[in-house]
Amino acid sequence: MAWTWFHRLGSPPHVYALATRLTPWFAWPAAALILAGVYGGLVLAPPDYQQGDDFRIIYVHAPSAWMSLMVYVTMAVAAAVGLIWRMKVAHAAAASCAAIGASFTIAALATGSLWGRKMWGTYWEWDPRLVSELILLFLFLGYMALRSAIDDLQRADRASALLAVVGVVNVPIIHYSVLWWNSLHQAPSVMKLGKPDMPAAMLAPLLIMLVGFTFLFVYLLLVRLRGEILRRERTASWIREALAE
Amino acid sequence: MSEFLYMGGYAAFVWPSYALTLVIVALNVIWARRSLDQARADARRRLLRGGATT
Repeated sequence: MAWTWFHRLGSPPHVYALATRLTPWFAWPAAALILAGVYGGLVLAPPDYQQGDDFRIIYVHAPSAWMSLMVYVTMAVAAAVGLIWRMKVAHAAAASCAAIGASFTIAALATGSLWGRKMWGTYWEWDPRLVSELILLFLFLGYMALRSAIDDLQRADRASALLAVVGVVNVPIIHYSVLWWNSLHQAPSVMKLGKPDMPAAMLAPLLIMLVGFTFLFVYLLLVRLRGEILRRERTASWIREALAE
Repeated sequence: MSEFLYMGGYAAFVWPSYALTLVIVALNVIWARRSLDQARADARRRLLRGGATT
C-alpha cells in the first residue's frame, strides 16, 4: 500500500501528467527568485572588506556549482533506480539531467576562473577543487557521448546509468577537496554545519539564488522529462490525450 | 550609475560572470522547451503515420 506512489512513478502517462501540472509551480518561483537574487547580489549586498566588489561573483558562481552537484546526484540516483527496478521513467529522468549539468558545470568553472584571476592571480590552477569539478564536466560529457554512441535505447540507458553511478564517487571528492587537501579554493562558508560565515545582507541574496537555481533545475528537469517520455513511448492512446492539451 | 558599472575596479570580472551565467540559464530554458516541442512534433507525426499501436 505504502509503495503505490513509487509504482505510479513508474507509469509514463502518470509522470507525464504530473510533470505538466507541476511545471508552472517551479518556473515562476525560479524566475522571481533568480531576479531577486541578482538584484540583491549586485545592488543590496555590501562590498566585501577584503575583496571589494569582486566577491559579487559568488552570487552566480556558488549557485552554478551547487547546480552542477545537485544535477549529478539526481542523475546518478535516477540512473540507479533505473538499473535496479528497470524503470523506464527513471532512465528518462537521468537522461534529462546530463545537458543541464554539463552547462552549469561550465558556468561554475568559468565564473570561478574569472573570480580567481584577481584573488589568486590566475585563471586556472591545477588545484584539487578545480580538477575535481573539471572531472565532473567530463563525466557529464562522457555520459552524453556514451548515450549518443549506442543506438539501442535500452542498452544506452543501462550503459550510461552505470557510468553515472560509478562517477558519483567524484561528488564527495569535490565537496571535501578544500578540506582534505591544501587548496587555493576557500572552505565552505554556507554549505556546512553551524552558522554561515557571512553577514545577513550578504547571505540573503546567496540563499535566494541557491533556492532559485534549485527551482530552475526542477523546472528544466520536468520539461525535458516530458520530452524524453514522449520519445520513448510507443502506445498511442495516452499520447493522443497528452498531445491534445 | 557609472560607479555601479565600474564595480570597484572589478567590472571586467563581475559583469562577464553574470552575463555568462544568465546566458546559460536562458539557453537551458530554450533548449529544454525546444526538446519538448520536438518530441511532441515527432509523437504527432508517429500518430498520423499510424506507426504507434493502441
